[in-house]
Amino acid sequence: MNAVSAAIRPYAEGFKSLEPVLTRSAPAWLTALRREAFARFANHGFPGEREEDWKYTSTRPLEKRGFVPSLIAPGTIDVDAIEPAFLREIPAHTLVFINGQHAPALDTAGSDIAGLRIASLGKALQQAADKLQAYFAPASAWSDDPFTALNTAFLRDGAVIEIDDGMRLEQPLQLIFLSTKQAQPGACHPRILVRLGRHAHATLLETYHGLEAAANLTNGYAQIHLGENAQLEHLRVQRESAQDFHVNRVRVTQQHGSRYVSHTLNLGGLWVRTDLNTRLEAPEAEAVFNGLYWTDQGRHVDNHTRIDHLAPRTRSDELYRGIIGGHSHAVFNGKVVVAKHAMKTDAAQINNNLLLSRQAEIDTKPELEIYADDVQCSHGASIGQLDEQALFYLRSRGLDPETARGLLIDAFAHAVLDRIATPALQTFARRQLAAVMGAS
Amino acid sequence: MLSIKNLHAKIEDREILRGLDLEVKAGEIHAIMGPNGSGKSTLAHILAGREGYAVTNGSVTYLGKDLLTMPPEERAREGLFLAFQYPVEIPGVNNVYLLKAAYNAIRKHRGEEELDAVDFLALVRARMQLIEMDADMLSRAVNEGFSGGEKKRNEILQMLVLEPKLALLDETDSGLDIDALKVVAKGINKLRSPERAVLMITHYQRLLDYIAPDFVHVLAGGRILKSGDGNLALELERRGYDWILAEAAV
Ligand SMILES: Nc1ncnc2c1ncn2[C@@H]1O[C@H](COP(=O)(O)OP(=O)(O)OP(=O)(O)O)[C@@H](O)[C@H]1O
Ligand SMILES: [Mg+2]
Repeated sequence: MNAVSAAIRPYAEGFKSLEPVLTRSAPAWLTALRREAFARFANHGFPGEREEDWKYTSTRPLEKRGFVPSLIAPGTIDVDAIEPAFLREIPAHTLVFINGQHAPALDTAGSDIAGLRIASLGKALQQAADKLQAYFAPASAWSDDPFTALNTAFLRDGAVIEIDDGMRLEQPLQLIFLSTKQAQPGACHPRILVRLGRHAHATLLETYHGLEAAANLTNGYAQIHLGENAQLEHLRVQRESAQDFHVNRVRVTQQHGSRYVSHTLNLGGLWVRTDLNTRLEAPEAEAVFNGLYWTDQGRHVDNHTRIDHLAPRTRSDELYRGIIGGHSHAVFNGKVVVAKHAMKTDAAQINNNLLLSRQAEIDTKPELEIYADDVQCSHGASIGQLDEQALFYLRSRGLDPETARGLLIDAFAHAVLDRIATPALQTFARRQLAAVMGAS
Repeated sequence: MLSIKNLHAKIEDREILRGLDLEVKAGEIHAIMGPNGSGKSTLAHILAGREGYAVTNGSVTYLGKDLLTMPPEERAREGLFLAFQYPVEIPGVNNVYLLKAAYNAIRKHRGEEELDAVDFLALVRARMQLIEMDADMLSRAVNEGFSGGEKKRNEILQMLVLEPKLALLDETDSGLDIDALKVVAKGINKLRSPERAVLMITHYQRLLDYIAPDFVHVLAGGRILKSGDGNLALELERRGYDWILAEAAV
């Protein structure tokens, strides 16, 4: 048996054992979709380091784990341990998932709002799968991505969020994904479907929270569509245990005048790969990508982003910062593509990295592909250490070295968190960061 | 209070201080003058505990303790304060936050209670008024985007809030306009007391018009070549340093 099929075997076995359960009540199109996706995954295998997008991240550690499907949400859960994952600053409409499966008992329902539909994907598939078919219809631009294929093959649960035209949601929506210890490390593949109608406004918070000693794989995929002039502020806080594997893809499409603001916080996990892509398909659409990755010990965190400017007068603004310590390894790859007819595009990208130790490693790569004239594009990357002069200055004022270092690291990180517009979400993000930094 | 004996120090194999002696007693004000590159800031940095200098000989005693073995934060907590020649910009760290953290670190060291936010702010406001500093400087990041003069004034604010026993002022007067110089001098004079001492590094007599020093020293070639009273500064203003260097060479 060759290496590729050995890596795929656990998933093939998992698929075989799970399929009868999944097909039981599923319409034919869905069963076909899953089968086709699995075949695609099996055919391609995990991405190799030869692939440009995987140059600095090897999937070998993940392959070696041979995750089984996460099946059962455990009956009891330590409420105190999951408490930090919840947005407590303001009331929110919350769905909670344990190892990928919806756990309604832990939900906190916001008030019923006409014009908002939020439900678990599992339930939505059971009740009216055909209504969701459109989400899966367009041939995904990521059809050659094995993790997306895997997500589709095991499509089972997640969330569906639909917001009608003109609806301005005051309450944030929160999706909490808990990774808990199972008999065997398991893989789950949550799918998130989000659609904002014209002029709709919303705030979405995703938290990936790990309980101690869980060593699972969470392979999430979110597709988000913003209608004309829709606005979404989207905060993702990824904070699984230092044994967890995390793959996450977000793929956004944006219509005229829409504004998508993403904040990605990578604060945990052993092996993490996130891809955030948006397509600015119509004029005046705007994307803001903010990111903060914090790595320590031997953790590995890879962020790939891509912004496609496909129409005139589209704007993007990207700021990713990394704090890299221990013998950890971080990767940032930010691609901006300006299509031929996307005149007057305005795109700015910055990636700053703070290396806290000699063994820490960062690979940063901005990629600009510009096919249009009359555009404004800029990018910059920096790698540095804590400013010794600033450290001395702070110590000369009586601060101990740990406090001084913490203050400088905080200041570096907060430049990203300051860009979170919703105050409650900003407070939440600061709390999450403080918790991991305090624990290190 | 401060006793420096035969201090030798190197930076990257280059000897900068070559047998420096200096005695500072409580209540005194000392001025150190000297040509560019003679080692004045080096002395200030070594006293404040900056890394990168190798002390190869001599000793420094501060309040009866061996200063050179103390980490910088401990020196600060024991009442030593350096107003930097080039104050460091620290983006993202709030000015008043740093002041409060510094103030409370020093109080904690003395076994005193931390001051609450309201009382602390009142104290800072009063000190700011004294040196005619704009209140909105407080909410800005430490020294970030401050003008040269504003940075110096901010150092003096920190000094007035932290009330050090020994203040080292490294060219705090450089870059100040005439009015600012008077204001800053007022701040320094305010600190003056029988329990405190001030060591000012300066190039200009004009500061000494406002703050009369007890002693004036000339530092050149890494040593104190001449000491005197306030008249020495006047003489230096007239004659420059050449005659002292010539005297020393004899
Ligand atoms: N990091 C360094 N590496 C090498 N030489 C240094 C370093 N720092 C200072 N020096 C040298 O040490 C000497 C003394 O510098 P210092 O800053 O103490 O002078 P100063 O008396 O304060 O001068 P000024 O009046 O211009 O402020 C100078 O010749 C300077 O170039
Ligand atoms: Mg100097």
